[in-house]
Amino acid sequence: MPVKVIIPTPLRQYAGKQDAIEIQATTVAEALAGLTTQYSDLRKHLFTEDGKLRNFVNVYLNDEDIRYLKKDQTPLHDNDVISIVPSIAGGSHLRCICS
Amino acid sequence: MSLKLADQHLDSIRAHGARDYPNECCGILLGKADDNAKQVVEVVPLANLRHDPKRAQELLPLAEPARESERNRFLIDPLEQLKVEKHARARGLDVVGYYHSHPDHPARPSTYDRVHAWPWYSYVIVAVARGVPKALTSWVLAEDRSRFKEEEILQLPSSA
Repeated sequence: MPVKVIIPTPLRQYAGKQDAIEIQATTVAEALAGLTTQYSDLRKHLFTEDGKLRNFVNVYLNDEDIRYLKKDQTPLHDNDVISIVPSIAGGSHLRCICS
Repeated sequence: MSLKLADQHLDSIRAHGARDYPNECCGILLGKADDNAKQVVEVVPLANLRHDPKRAQELLPLAEPARESERNRFLIDPLEQLKVEKHARARGLDVVGYYHSHPDHPARPSTYDRVHAWPWYSYVIVAVARGVPKALTSWVLAEDRSRFKEEEILQLPSSA
């Protein structure tokens, strides 16, 4: 079934400069596999070498984090929207905050 | 590439850094980009999710929780990020970068910043010394992820 995958700005350069891509898939795993087959440069930004979704990548189905659904086996319905949301984290140097 | 910001955006980032001191603040930069520059149109302050250690740890675990907290780490809630992004897209804007503060620390990216950075985005850092905002810099991750490159900030007069 057709679903839309929203590509965040830093990854558009690896996805033909598109901000959204339509994919035929029945699960989130299938959609991401389809996407990275079509745009192979995206793979290393989304998956680890052993094929797991990277820690720094959040995937939302409509407004829900797939971690709290059925992870990548979450089933899809017509016109669902999958959003790839990069983890945004940082900070200054380590220091003792024990005191 | 350079980053264009109006006075009001710089003021808003500095004020957020001072307000959340001694903790790290964070927020999103919305705007438009072409091949030469990113132009910030709106600065959206967000909460530092490290304020809620349990939820933050679930989303992006810290290696040394005894030495890492909202004092020296920030994390943006991905759901908040998604909402801001959606609202921006509806208005023809994109996420061009993020900002955060370094309380009592220079406005230079840490190794932790680099490891967690994404390509292309502008990462603005404001140093806050004893509650007073100081240097403000912007950085973009190098293609090979080995380092950050400092980016020129072009300060524009505030729009009415």
